[in-house]
Amino acid sequence: MSSQDKSEVPEEHLPEVHASAHVPAEGDPFADPGLPAHEPRVTDIDEKAANRAERQVAFLFVISMLSTIGFIWAYVGIDKYRIIDIFFFGKIGAQNLALGGFLGLALFCIGAGAIHWARTLMTDEEIVQERHEFTSDPETREYAIREFSQGAADSVIGRRPLIRRTMIGAMALVPLSGVVLLRDLGPLPGTKLRHTDWKPGVELINEATGLPIKPNDIVKGSLTMVLPDGLVEKYGPAGQKEELSHGWLEKAGMSAVLVVRLEPEDIKSKKELDWGYEGIVAYSKICTHVGCPIGLYEQQTHHLLCPCHQSTFDLADDGKVVFGPAARSLPQLKIHVNEAGNLAASQDFAEPVGASFWERG
Amino acid sequence: MKKLSARRRHPLAAIVVLIFALAATGGLYAAFAPAKKAEADDSASIAVEAGKKLYLSGCSTCHGLDAQGSSDGPSLVGVGAAAVDFQVSTGRMPLQQPGAQAPRKPEVYTETQIAQLSAYVASLGVGPKIPTANMYAPDGDVVNGAELFRTNCSQCHNFSGEGGALTEGKFAPPLKDVDPKHIYEAMLSGPQNMPSFPDSTMPEQQKKDIVTYVHETTKKEPNPGGLGLGRLGPVSEGLFGWVIALGLLIGCAIWIAARTPKARTK
Repeated sequence: MSSQDKSEVPEEHLPEVHASAHVPAEGDPFADPGLPAHEPRVTDIDEKAANRAERQVAFLFVISMLSTIGFIWAYVGIDKYRIIDIFFFGKIGAQNLALGGFLGLALFCIGAGAIHWARTLMTDEEIVQERHEFTSDPETREYAIREFSQGAADSVIGRRPLIRRTMIGAMALVPLSGVVLLRDLGPLPGTKLRHTDWKPGVELINEATGLPIKPNDIVKGSLTMVLPDGLVEKYGPAGQKEELSHGWLEKAGMSAVLVVRLEPEDIKSKKELDWGYEGIVAYSKICTHVGCPIGLYEQQTHHLLCPCHQSTFDLADDGKVVFGPAARSLPQLKIHVNEAGNLAASQDFAEPVGASFWERG
Repeated sequence: MKKLSARRRHPLAAIVVLIFALAATGGLYAAFAPAKKAEADDSASIAVEAGKKLYLSGCSTCHGLDAQGSSDGPSLVGVGAAAVDFQVSTGRMPLQQPGAQAPRKPEVYTETQIAQLSAYVASLGVGPKIPTANMYAPDGDVVNGAELFRTNCSQCHNFSGEGGALTEGKFAPPLKDVDPKHIYEAMLSGPQNMPSFPDSTMPEQQKKDIVTYVHETTKKEPNPGGLGLGRLGPVSEGLFGWVIALGLLIGCAIWIAARTPKARTK
């Protein structure tokens, strides 16, 4: 717009160049240079350009009005389940697209119109408004001090120390009620974070089938997610007890375990071999960094990767951290085969699972 | 003839000669190389024989002459027909070049040849068979499939099957355009670094449910809210808002500030 405008103004119609209004004092390099001389805009000297700018601003505001009407139409007139297929974007909801598009356009045009208005038609003279003094004048200050002293004397607080001290005491104690309320943040965790539902003899239940696992079921290179026996029956979503659903997530989150089979000769640690069964090992599925579920198992490298912060654990070497921010090895669950021929836990985890916590030590 | 000798010093002459030479070599190869289309045969043993021939010419360099594996490729004894069908039908094998993992690419062998290769490898040792069409038809229980997918697959492939990164250049591929048969075979055989989900821990019906969920969510389910952005939710949406939308607004601001409304531009 303005590039066209400029070409329309011939050189002789341009105003004369003014010298800077403020001449810096001789020899003072830090003198305030003052404001530069005001330069007129095309719209200041050309009435036609100004009228054109007015129409452009009005045009933008009218588009905004139409877009708002379009938004209302989209809300009322488009079926919310209608899906349209747009090139590159794919199948998306027609109503959402129209609502967002119209609202965006309506807001954008108000902004664009306002800016165009301010730049072309509102005055662009720079005006300096001086700040007033911060200090009050002496009479006001004197008056305030006099009023305060009078009030203090009238309240007899200086003469009655008993009232003064008890008042300070009362004010100091009041915030304690707020501190006591913090206790409502929850019951103390006790030893809850140190134990899971894995007890000696608890069978490993395959999450996919809900059945116990025989050692032969676990093929080399496979990955199986397991939970302790009885957990689903006791807390599971199948019970559909509202008050238990939170307990379910908590329990399943603590006790989740994954089972893999490695070649016994690939296992580097004697303890890991002893705690498994013929190369079948069970590890906690909860990252020791901040407790994300980890299941990104690379069966050729035996590495387990956490999707949150890329901590990588070597399942062939005691679950040691080989990369990433986790500070502790992944806890291993000691397993054996019971009389029924199923995999079962020999004990609870030897250490707390999941993320570190204050009292963990 | 004179014309030709005059033009042989042309700067492009060398390139023209090279193109002719390449075309001639390629043409001769095409004429004399063994025909690609092998004929189908009902007899299993003939398929095994044909598969062995294909194996020796195309696969043995890395997997060894008797498929026992070498330093360049794993043993194929006991991997089963499902693994061969998956790797060769998706073009992952034959491997183009060694790397973090074999990417999907256009397939090299015909269906008949893949069947012969599968028959040969299956004859080496017991392994998962190629699933039949009704095993992977996407008409299972989609709700149960979603539950199983979230527990067992979503950690790598993302809960809407968009795929994701693993370590050292490895990655879980997106599942969007994958044939249900290949999804089933991948679960059976555990290709490359993907763990397998054998029938003993993930029974047939459960696999079918997972295939159904993947089919529903990647092929049928639209994005009612607009751009999917990997369907990761607030993280990718926030990134989009901060980087793209805010970037556009900053661009607008720069554009406005760079243009002066003054009559005198300098």
